[in-house]
Amino acid sequence: MRIPILKLHEYLLITIQVELDDQTALQFQEDLLNKIHDTGAKGVVIDLTSVDMIDSFIAKVLGDVVRMSKLMGAQVVLTGIQPAVAITLIDLGISMREVPTALDLEQGLDKLRLELEG
Amino acid sequence: MNIQSCVEVCNEWDIVSARQLGRNMAKELGFGNVDQARITTAISELARNIYLYAGNGKICIEAAEKMGKRGLKIIATDNGPGIKDIRKVMEDGYTTSGGLGAGLPGVKRLMDEFMIDSVVGSGTEIIATKWLR
Ligand SMILES: Nc1ncnc2c1ncn2[C@@H]1O[C@H](COP(=O)(O)OP(=O)(O)OP(=O)(O)O)[C@@H](O)[C@H]1O
Ligand SMILES: [Mg+2]
Repeated sequence: MRIPILKLHEYLLITIQVELDDQTALQFQEDLLNKIHDTGAKGVVIDLTSVDMIDSFIAKVLGDVVRMSKLMGAQVVLTGIQPAVAITLIDLGISMREVPTALDLEQGLDKLRLELEG
Repeated sequence: MNIQSCVEVCNEWDIVSARQLGRNMAKELGFGNVDQARITTAISELARNIYLYAGNGKICIEAAEKMGKRGLKIIATDNGPGIKDIRKVMEDGYTTSGGLGAGLPGVKRLMDEFMIDSVVGSGTEIIATKWLR
């Protein structure tokens, strides 16, 4: 299964709406990096509104993809993390401290715009 | 009402099946949103450990009862290599696979009761329980 990556001006938008198995998560990591390379996108929003569980593996894949994208010159913002997911991440001891986040897609795009243009 | 449901874990997709089973049972037993996420996450961690370190094993989920309390019990068993130093694997950040090392200490915090029994060369059993509040 593949997660669709949309291009909107100089940004890439991803809404994760499937149950993330390991293969899908890793495939997504690779697809996103290729898409950043092909489009020269400077900003990426990954929306997690429909994701009802993030375990340590998915957290690692997400954290890695943020750092890898940064190496390629693109800033990633994670948006829409559900309250229950935020609570379980803290229980797991995963703070996502160095990962930029925003409440929803709109605020995520605002954040990117501020950082890239401001 | 002490029915047990099990999922054999031998590949990555079985991890998804195990956590879906867990979420459904947690919902049925009346757990709220946050505890459902905790239980599902704990199952995901235990199932992935079985897949990664033991190759295959089993996740069983059942309704639990103790002194008037009701809850959900996860039993993860495998016949893998076992764990030599249990204290070490319960430390945050300890990993032999380049992971975050968050799994086992995380499961202990996500659940209310946690028991690990492992014999080197013969396998591991982990039992974790969450009580309804
Ligand atoms: N069922 C098991 N059989 C044998 N060894 C195990 C088993 N489960 C865990 N271990 C060992 O315990 C270590 C810690 O496990 P834990 O789940 O906490 O972290 P991890 O799997 O390495 O990383 P993460 O879960 O954060 O992705 C593992 O690296 C592995 O060496
Ligand atoms: Mg693990």
